[in-house]
Amino acid sequence: MSAATVPHARDVDAPTTARPKVSVKTPVVYALAALVTLALLLPGVGADESTTFQFSAGAEWFSLPNLTVPALMTLVVLTVVMAAAAAWAFVLVRQRRHAPPWLHVVVGLAFVLAFLTYAGAGKTSVIPMVSLLAGALALSVPLVFGALSGVICERSGIINIAIEGQLLFGAFAAAVTASALGSGYWGLIAAPVAGALVGALLAWFAVSYQVNQIIVGVVLNTLILGLTGFLFATVLSDNKALWNTRMPLPRLRIPVLAEIPVLGPVLFNQTVLIYLMYVIVVVLNVMLFRSRWGLRTRAVGEHPKAADTVGIKVNVRRVWNTILGGAVAGLGGAFFTVGSGLAFGREMSAGTGFIALAAMILGKWNPYGAVAAALLFGFSKNLGNVLSTIGSGVPSELLLMLPYLITIFAVAGFVGRVRPPAAEGIPYTKS
Amino acid sequence: MSDQPHASSSHGSDAGSEQAVAAAPPAAVGTEGGHGPTRRDDDGGSVLHQILSGSALMSALAIVLALLLGGLLIAFADEDTRAASSYFFARPTDTLAAAWDAMWQAYVALFRGSVLDWQADSVVGMVKPLTESMVFSVPLILAGLGIAVGFRAGLFNIGAQGQIIVGAIVAAWLGFAVDLPPVVHLLVAVLGGVVGGAVYAGIPGVLKARFGANEVIVTIMLNYIAVYLISYMLKQPSFNPGRTGQRSPAVQPEALYPALVPDALVENDFRLHWGFVVAILATVFVWWLLERSTTGFQIRAVGANPAAARTAGMSVGRITIITMVIAGALAGLAAGGQVLGTERSLTAGVAASFGFDAITVALLGRSRPWGTFFAGLLFGALKAGGFLMQSLTQTPIDIILVVQSLIVLLIAAPPLVRSVFRLPAPTPRPRRPRPARTTPKEVAA
Repeated sequence: MSAATVPHARDVDAPTTARPKVSVKTPVVYALAALVTLALLLPGVGADESTTFQFSAGAEWFSLPNLTVPALMTLVVLTVVMAAAAAWAFVLVRQRRHAPPWLHVVVGLAFVLAFLTYAGAGKTSVIPMVSLLAGALALSVPLVFGALSGVICERSGIINIAIEGQLLFGAFAAAVTASALGSGYWGLIAAPVAGALVGALLAWFAVSYQVNQIIVGVVLNTLILGLTGFLFATVLSDNKALWNTRMPLPRLRIPVLAEIPVLGPVLFNQTVLIYLMYVIVVVLNVMLFRSRWGLRTRAVGEHPKAADTVGIKVNVRRVWNTILGGAVAGLGGAFFTVGSGLAFGREMSAGTGFIALAAMILGKWNPYGAVAAALLFGFSKNLGNVLSTIGSGVPSELLLMLPYLITIFAVAGFVGRVRPPAAEGIPYTKS
Repeated sequence: MSDQPHASSSHGSDAGSEQAVAAAPPAAVGTEGGHGPTRRDDDGGSVLHQILSGSALMSALAIVLALLLGGLLIAFADEDTRAASSYFFARPTDTLAAAWDAMWQAYVALFRGSVLDWQADSVVGMVKPLTESMVFSVPLILAGLGIAVGFRAGLFNIGAQGQIIVGAIVAAWLGFAVDLPPVVHLLVAVLGGVVGGAVYAGIPGVLKARFGANEVIVTIMLNYIAVYLISYMLKQPSFNPGRTGQRSPAVQPEALYPALVPDALVENDFRLHWGFVVAILATVFVWWLLERSTTGFQIRAVGANPAAARTAGMSVGRITIITMVIAGALAGLAAGGQVLGTERSLTAGVAASFGFDAITVALLGRSRPWGTFFAGLLFGALKAGGFLMQSLTQTPIDIILVVQSLIVLLIAAPPLVRSVFRLPAPTPRPRRPRPARTTPKEVAA
């Protein structure tokens, strides 16, 4: 500790040099959002047009009435909000201070609202807020599980590219088991086992044989894709009734919480899988940063030699974490089949695992960050879906590109250089 | 990668005790300070040992093992086998015979579809499967080379799929919308594809170099964007004048790759085109680039140790961008082969899954140009044969994915193959003093 403070001692004399330079990225992005609203969205709205937002799903204690706002006025207000945020952020940058995190949220919300107002202006169809959010959550669920799986593995130093395969195998196992045993809940037991199996394979090759972890991950994805596709086309198709009947999990309505307007039906009228997800997110965050397991996991991922020196069994920790991570991703895979009440289909994970990987990196290897990134992705994806069904004048393909574009901007703009766990991808051998 | 804790742990104790007996004088140190070199001189130098532990044999055995495991899966899914297995304990031979039959038929069809169809009624017909394998291998080799170049620079470029798509859009448009004289038109269209792929791959390169954006994320996202882009393009009047289906106008004949085996030589219906020669030339180019050029040296240096490369005065950002552009250009060549040779127009599925398969190809080729070339040929053959296998024996083509991935997995883990076939380990253990206490292996495998 004392050694670390010595080089910084002179900073006490010159406190002004201690402040690192703050990037102007944030105000520029804010200003860009304001500019896009001003230049592209405002001209597209007529003076007397209005937009209607729908807030109720019809089952709450009291339902909020539909809100109709004058489109032009709303857009002007939102532009002013964004411009003000940009100006304030710029002032903060000049003072070498960071913009507070909630400002990102405000600007993001303002921009989304502006877009929705623009899309719904002058149309008879309403903007369905509840289904917008519910769809966003549904699209986020496998991403959240996948991203958490990535966090568990990578914090211990194993790169888990096989999230995709774990999700797919989890979906497969859940569908087959639930169908054969006649209840969706069996799927919730089979899915993590299947995911853990893929995780165990990854750990076996990565730790015992020290094969490059990215290679193993990519190859396991292909293996699972081929395996499930093969079994789907043979065994599952031969006897669909036995092996691949849809077995949806029942929705469990949480009595009081589900009555909250807008958010209640979105968050608390879900299957047990979603409630499990809430629990896992919170527990993982606590465990990772507040428990012995978490400390050891992070130590093994950052500096395995030091961890080994103090008696932590590096490779054992890594193997178990990879298996655990696989189980979490496998459970997430169950959402594709029993969680959404669908039968298994070929390649039904459709690249979700890779986006989960992106969400994990975007969330800087933190559980909450990963969840936020997954939700952002799910929301923007569903926003694209909803807008392309409402019809907004923008080609639907461009709207469907939205989440991917946003992710690129987020990676290049907000996150930039991120630091993965230091020992990630490097096999550990005692020397 | 040649040193495996697994093998060393099983050898460690007995080899070490031999050592202690043989090297008697420093016994006190030997037991305390480490085992020293544990080379086993009795078989270490023999020719047989070298053959048995060689990497060529390892690869061959890995392929055999992968085919066997795939065969088990085929047998498992076979209805006759499953029917026979219901009375397995009464008459096990029935099950085994049915399993063998299912596996044998599938693999015979695979061979007939990919190398030589001896049941065809003409020589041309017999050789056709081989040419089909080569046709499929063109995009795999070219895109695989692009990914391999990225790997050598330490970049994980998952975006070959998107780069192929964008290259294909440009190449196809130049192919059908522009009028140019014969040879020039082909060159322009091919170059257009190359530029399209290179620009699209340049995006993650620049974002990584300038903003440190992780190239894995950006290339994945660009793949999706490319998919929506091509579906958008195919709805535009210029790409879809008749508004009929998801197919662009046919590429003009001047812009097509000529057939590699001209009809003047022998009457044939091969799809094989000059794109295959382009793939060979590209392999030579990449070999030259990586092994003989300054840029290639810098690419490898950045891949091996970016910090050291920066210290040595190389611009890591510039090399990152250059590497991605080269990778995209190669993917663009792959797109040219598809649009101007095989498909002859632009469809939404023009890239099939070549961009993703190419990753496996590059991995199997260990990021070496010629390794990638032969891996591409192998995977092209598996792909071509898979179609005949599917139509003849109703074995889903997915089995090819299983076999491919098993091959790569097994080749990447030679000790596993060695332990399956009970072969000796190849090289002496590295001379690294091992701790005296025999630590319990920390591998819960």
